[in-house]
Amino acid sequence: MGLIAHALEAEGIPTLCMSSAWSITASVNPPRATFLDFPLGHTSGRPGRPEEQLEILRDVLRAFANIETPGTIVRLPYSWGEDWRRAEPRETGDARTERSDTPVYQSEADRSAALARFGESRACRGCAAQDVPTR
Amino acid sequence: MAEDAPVDYIARTLATYRKLGYPDYRWARNEGVPPFAPLSREVSRSRLLLIASGGIYRSGQVAFHHKDDVSFREIPSDVDTGELRTSHFAYDQTAARRDPNVVFPIEPLRALVKEGALGGLCDDVLTFMGGIYSQRRLREELVPRLLENARGQAPDLALLVPV
Repeated sequence: MGLIAHALEAEGIPTLCMSSAWSITASVNPPRATFLDFPLGHTSGRPGRPEEQLEILRDVLRAFANIETPGTIVRLPYSWGEDWRRAEPRETGDARTERSDTPVYQSEADRSAALARFGESRACRGCAAQDVPTR
Repeated sequence: MAEDAPVDYIARTLATYRKLGYPDYRWARNEGVPPFAPLSREVSRSRLLLIASGGIYRSGQVAFHHKDDVSFREIPSDVDTGELRTSHFAYDQTAARRDPNVVFPIEPLRALVKEGALGGLCDDVLTFMGGIYSQRRLREELVPRLLENARGQAPDLALLVPV
């Protein structure tokens, strides 16, 4: 996201990057950032907590208005409530899925819906990025 | 490490990769002062473009593939969140599939527009699947197309939500 933030800023569009990975965000050095110390996969909040999500985004808008020094990372005042860092199992294997250029659907119903709209060659096989329908 | 020190994902991922015999992954490292465009108006009068990299698509759209997918999707900002799906090779999607707002905060943003804290939302949210290992392909293929779309939507602010 750092590359995208830099490109947008160069076009005159102010950006803010939300983060829950401090070291990566510090490395890519976005112009404005907020840091939420939640486990990966919860960049903008916890599931089923609409009030907390709203307060987080309210803080993000405030940071947007308040950050004046490029490269600032504002730490947001939310706590997961238990020590998830310690609870997380030590990574010993590779949990990532196999990497192929075939689209991976969340469900068979999604696959059928895309297949009906776009046909086999674009919905179910690898094709060039510019040929993938964006809508 | 201090009790409340953030997890160092760079160190952790390097250790995992080394254990698996993979070459070191090099994160983008940008030194110096980043470019910084000032806000052109108050946030309460600004239109915001949301860009999310958690592999979110809408049911009926083509899903992401998991090998340096440099395509993107446009999702209307008034989308029913029940139609949102995720496809990503690297993170635990359990929470995102239960409540997409954890990586695609559209409902809180719509609420902030309604209460007047934010001016409005651009018509479409832009999504892609992060974890693209080829920085060249990111720079040459994805970024220019995202920029072209962003220019067309003419936002006052862009909020980036990676995973």
